[in-house]
Amino acid sequence: MNTAIRIANVSKRYRIGGLHPGYMTFREMLGGLVTAPFKKRSNGQQTIWALSDINLEIGQGELVGIIGHNGAGKSTLLKILSRVTKPTTGEVELFGRIGSLLEVGTGFHPDLTGRENIYLSGAILGMRRAEIDRKFAEIVAFSELEKFIETSVKWYSSGMYVRLAFSVAAHFEHEILMMDEVLAVGDAAFQQKCLDKMHEIRQQGRTILFVSHDMAAITRLCKRVVLLERGKVTFDGEAREVVKRYLSSSLKSGASREWTDQQTAPGDRVVRLRRVRVRTEEGETIAVVDIQKPFGIELTYDVLEEGHALVPVIEFYNQEGTELFSTHDTSANWRRQPRPRGTYTSTVWIPGNLLAEGSLIGNVSIMSHFPATALHAHEPNAVAFQVVDSPSGDSARGDYVGPMPGVIRPLLKWATETNDIAASFKQEDR
Amino acid sequence: MDLETSKAVSPKLAQATSADPVLLPDSDLSNGAEIGSRDRHTLIQSEESGLQLDLGELWYYRELLYFLTLRDIKVRYKQTVMGLAWVIIQPLTTMLIFTLVFNRFVRLDAGALPYPLFALSGLLLWLFFANAVTNSTHSLVSNANLITKVYFPRMFIPAASVGAGLVDLAVAFLLLAALCIYYGVTLTLNLLLVPLFIILMALLALGVGLLSAAMTVKYRDLRHALPFIIQLWMFASPVIYPASVVPVQWKWLLLINPIAGIIEGFRACLTGGSFAWLQVSIAAAITVTILVCSGYIFRRFEHTFADVV
Repeated sequence: MNTAIRIANVSKRYRIGGLHPGYMTFREMLGGLVTAPFKKRSNGQQTIWALSDINLEIGQGELVGIIGHNGAGKSTLLKILSRVTKPTTGEVELFGRIGSLLEVGTGFHPDLTGRENIYLSGAILGMRRAEIDRKFAEIVAFSELEKFIETSVKWYSSGMYVRLAFSVAAHFEHEILMMDEVLAVGDAAFQQKCLDKMHEIRQQGRTILFVSHDMAAITRLCKRVVLLERGKVTFDGEAREVVKRYLSSSLKSGASREWTDQQTAPGDRVVRLRRVRVRTEEGETIAVVDIQKPFGIELTYDVLEEGHALVPVIEFYNQEGTELFSTHDTSANWRRQPRPRGTYTSTVWIPGNLLAEGSLIGNVSIMSHFPATALHAHEPNAVAFQVVDSPSGDSARGDYVGPMPGVIRPLLKWATETNDIAASFKQEDR
Repeated sequence: MDLETSKAVSPKLAQATSADPVLLPDSDLSNGAEIGSRDRHTLIQSEESGLQLDLGELWYYRELLYFLTLRDIKVRYKQTVMGLAWVIIQPLTTMLIFTLVFNRFVRLDAGALPYPLFALSGLLLWLFFANAVTNSTHSLVSNANLITKVYFPRMFIPAASVGAGLVDLAVAFLLLAALCIYYGVTLTLNLLLVPLFIILMALLALGVGLLSAAMTVKYRDLRHALPFIIQLWMFASPVIYPASVVPVQWKWLLLINPIAGIIEGFRACLTGGSFAWLQVSIAAAITVTILVCSGYIFRRFEHTFADVV
């Protein structure tokens, strides 16, 4: 296989400390010139290595997932690959043009029309004018914004904006594509379109780097996954193995998650998450759930803007990244009911004897279908907990203590009848 | 479906990939767009690697300069209610104020040109320079969202500010033309040299703009100092007063100030008088020197912008 990306001994150092992240004032520099001879070089400045000694080789046509906790160096690596910043040491070779779907809408200007923005943003992202000319109709058709293409994008809804932006980025002809969690935009139909587009890109044999926190998507799409931890590649291999390792370390994030600062909590102007936790019927927060006992996932959130009929949603997946199920709040009292402002607590109850043992992760979202379908808050990996099946003899495993396959473990009713031993076998329904 | 199956499904694709080691079998790609070596192979070196002006890269991205300039122009004319009118009003009012001061209160001999025309001809070029430098200085910081997200030669951001200024200048020339007709200025062959002085002024603005843009990213308070520097520079240049009023012992200052050479040369185009070729040559040499030095300095710091801005 030919190489598409070769990363050799790449490290990146950032300076932190001081009053400003990087820039200084002219006054400080002049002051520094005066005091410099009297000082040693380290004036309270610290350095951190965002990446240290990364070596990776990615072949043409490979689809490689990159995972890691926040601050593990994923975005620094992508910035180096997209040439926004240079590595402190080491070098990178790219065979082919590289484009990114990391920041849809880069270069969009609110005062320009859809048409003008397609050209501008396309050029900024590295497309040729002739290329954009050729793709223009396709981009517009993909975005479904034919009627608004001569309108300033500042009059667009946020959904329209993202659709246009994604359409431009998705029509790259670049040989290497970096993708972030862009698929979480737009309505369901548009998301499907995006997935189809990604599929098409893959079929063209282009190289894709896919960065995501969505383990199910990572395992579904990528064969090879690279795990970054504290600036180092700690695992590079088969997707399921890497994901399992990542999740077992992320399980420490725990059974309860709280956001104290409303500004940075997941959500938008309509709703903000406050707390997510796994609880027992008695109200205790638990990280380890007995397979036989029902337990609840409790969401506490602030509704900041009235008039939206909100639907809390939780998706569950296991440590292999398999999505188990998702549940939407369909209870009658708030269904299709615009909510007044306030702090709400919604709890979904998972019955005992449903899930198999293992590590489980819950993605939490809050959607609305009225006045429009929208995703207000989405927090992947909001809670993590462990389901345990102690061999007490009362659960679905009975007296068996070995490993049991499957993602669910319902305690089902068995019925057995007995007859005299007959000459022929007679099959009974269970 | 994984990639191997997808290749198996379309054997044509797989074939094309193996036939061409670097390019992908996207037929669209190989048809329309030109594929240069830059498309095929990029080497990203570390911060310590050497310094290059890399004009080839600038040429490769040339279309982007066009689109960024177009953006600057369109946005400016869309955001202001008066739009184009501002481009006329700014030099017009400045010209009227100076005419009032230097033609009514203080009698100043402006030589061959009537004072309003004299002042306007200097002000048009000066305001173009001042606005271009100011806009390019702020351009990197105000385009931080671009700089931190995509790569392209950052030089184009301040360059687009200068380019947009040229369009303003072209519009403002209508005012100058009107005034020339009003005062019955005779057309001479000297007018053919107008583009030369505009190009020199644009190159000088680009040179100074690049330098101050790069430095503003690093030293933020420079932008507060800039208006003073620019104002000082204006009074040090024969924009609103003729060079003839400068005392002999200070004349050398006009020689090393490229603005003086450019504006005087531009005025000579209108009057039909003779050009001070020595002064113009020195101005041109200084302009080119500033531009090349600024270009190198800008390139030197370019890669740090995303980390700092």
